Amino acid sequence: MGLLDHHKKIETHATLLLVLSFLVVTIGGIVQIVPLFYLDNTIEKVEGMRPYAPLEIAGREIYLREGCYTCHSQMIRPMRDEVERYGHYSLAAESMYDHPFQWGSKRTGPDLARLGGRYSDDWHVQHMINPRDVVPESIMPSYAFMMNRTLDRSDAEHVRDIMAVYRVLGHPYTEEMMENAVDDFFAQAEDFGDPGLLDRYPGAQQRSFDGQEQVTEMDAIIAYMQMLGTLVDFDTFVPVANR
Amino acid sequence: MWDYLKLAVLGVVVVVAAIAASMARDLPYLVHMLVIMLAAAITFVWQIRRAGEPAPVTNPNEYMDGPIRFGVVATAFWGVIGFLVGVVIAFQLAWPELNFQWAQGYLNFGRLRPLHTSAVIFAFGGNALIATAFYVVQRTSASRLWGGGLAWFVFWGYQIFIVMAATGYVLGSTQGNEYAEPEWLTDLWLTIVWVAFLAVYMGTVINRREPHIYVANWFYIAFIVTVAMLHLVNNAAIPVSAFGSKSVPVWSGVQSAMIQWWYGHNAVGFFLTAGFLGMMYYFIPKQAERPVYSYKLSIMHFWALIFLYIWAGPHHLHYTALPDWAQTLGMTFSIMLWMPSWGGMINGLMTLSGAWDKLRTDPIIRMMVVAVGFYGMATFEGPMMSIKAVNSLSHYTDWTIGHVHSAALGWNGMITFGALYYLVPKLWQREGLYSLRLVSWHFWLATIGIVLYAASMWVTGIMEGLMWREVDAQGFLVNSFADTVAAKFPMYVVRGLGGTMFLLGAIIMCYNLWKTVTSTAEKQPARAAAVPAE
Repeated sequence: MGLLDHHKKIETHATLLLVLSFLVVTIGGIVQIVPLFYLDNTIEKVEGMRPYAPLEIAGREIYLREGCYTCHSQMIRPMRDEVERYGHYSLAAESMYDHPFQWGSKRTGPDLARLGGRYSDDWHVQHMINPRDVVPESIMPSYAFMMNRTLDRSDAEHVRDIMAVYRVLGHPYTEEMMENAVDDFFAQAEDFGDPGLLDRYPGAQQRSFDGQEQVTEMDAIIAYMQMLGTLVDFDTFVPVANR
Repeated sequence: MWDYLKLAVLGVVVVVAAIAASMARDLPYLVHMLVIMLAAAITFVWQIRRAGEPAPVTNPNEYMDGPIRFGVVATAFWGVIGFLVGVVIAFQLAWPELNFQWAQGYLNFGRLRPLHTSAVIFAFGGNALIATAFYVVQRTSASRLWGGGLAWFVFWGYQIFIVMAATGYVLGSTQGNEYAEPEWLTDLWLTIVWVAFLAVYMGTVINRREPHIYVANWFYIAFIVTVAMLHLVNNAAIPVSAFGSKSVPVWSGVQSAMIQWWYGHNAVGFFLTAGFLGMMYYFIPKQAERPVYSYKLSIMHFWALIFLYIWAGPHHLHYTALPDWAQTLGMTFSIMLWMPSWGGMINGLMTLSGAWDKLRTDPIIRMMVVAVGFYGMATFEGPMMSIKAVNSLSHYTDWTIGHVHSAALGWNGMITFGALYYLVPKLWQREGLYSLRLVSWHFWLATIGIVLYAASMWVTGIMEGLMWREVDAQGFLVNSFADTVAAKFPMYVVRGLGGTMFLLGAIIMCYNLWKTVTSTAEKQPARAAAVPAE
């Protein structure tokens, strides 16, 4: 036990103990985290990913605010039952614009990674107002208040400010996107809105999601839910064995 | 001079917070600024009333127990609040009508769940850690808390952090990272408080009159410094506006996932394990009146534990889009972690060698032993669940929830209760507790409550995991997701009952501690003077 005798040096010296403890706890994190920023195959190269459109950002903010991630995952694992139930397994590329990731850790409700296009807007509206109207077994809370919360210009400007930060962090928002951010926010929730939105955000869905004249939180959350998992073109996806 | 400087700073804080509140872009930010303004104003008034008075004489040879007494009260208070919110959300999952219509948008499950997790981990656990850390470091170093009033700042600053975090959750201010929900303003404030905590702690250790630093302090030091690192890296964010609560976390996607669970798992590893092991290493030997079982084991398991824990994060991300190499590393280290964890358990349990008879007569020792027992069980279950094959079934299910609670209620809860029962008579100079019978009641309510909780979650977790993957002879999925939700209902009621029993036990403890302070005889003089620990 010769080695342990030397421990006396550490346990009689407070600063040494502090510094050594700190060094010991840094190692694991450095080895596991740093390579994820430079290894080429960490994020798959696929076509179709684009940054969020303004109304989708508003919807995602509501998703975070209400703590949806405490019950819903957005990460389909490559197992037979999950792929059958939810669709193609999730790729790292699909959450590359998510600050922070929303993979979740618990499925009190089902996975939402490929929710987009599965149900009609009407179904979503009914489900959010009272989940048990459409799924009798559901234990999800009601979110009827979203129908009455109108989003105005200041909300759109808030989203534009968020986009500005995203841009700092490297999201490919163009000047044109930034200039049109506020207009795009409202245009996405209109039945015959400005089609320029679709050029700027390919694959975005544009219509009044909740059927009401004004733009509400319900529009935003459904716009977000209807685009989840719809962007990647899986024809361009080649699995890499050594990843 | 020093007094006037303090007053000037506090005055500036009041004014700046008032201006910021008037420019607030959202409700949580407004509320947070008002909290800061109010706290600074109260401190200002308190300071000005005693300005010019001669500073109270403190005996440097006397322990500083004021902040610890407050910390004990805060621990019990936040514990009851946290358990209560837990019971509420447990029943919300059984009966969704409890997401009341009138409180929609404030008290729905999604907002209360972070409130519950933060209240028990950071408010209950955090206060227990700070209070016991201050108690233990003084006794084992034979020196008064360093930094004059800084320990008071740590205590009150931490309570302000809790209030800011809690109000933020209910009002919908969140980063959307589990266990790291508070937004940038709250995070910055916690950073300041935490640095002060580290300073008080290290200052006291450096001032010690004992040549050796006692093992409990190693764990507290590792806990404080590691939590600081995790907090800073995982909460790196850019505020959208200086006058709004919203910020954008710097990390995204797969890197964000890895960093989050590096943080999340080590909130378990350092906040809820290393720190609480510090507690174990002081209070169990004290209550059992026996020395720690093995000095060598404590050296080995300390370094192994802190080195291995930090690698275990990726086991929360098995089979996800995280690259396989990281998942494999996470699993390997999680399994290895079993050994140092049990090193701690063995060291705690074997400390009772020669004192096992106390289990029959002393309900406090019983509580501590059961705590270490639950620690051992949870640190076996954890590595098992981190094996990819097991995890493919257990992940996303209630099994994880059961695992967490057998550890949090069994280990963290019980060892904290034991420490509180030990501390209150000491801190208020009482002969002993008001009632040992009530401690026994608490012990049995809590233990049976945990068993109900863990057992019901094993049943629902494994059941739903199996139901999700069940296919029929033709290869079709047998159950819809809604079927699995419906099947869990009876067990959700059992879980709620288990939680209620645990809460009842804690309320009994509060009554018992209250009566200990107010209606038992005061202990005769023996003042709490600093004497070197033996």
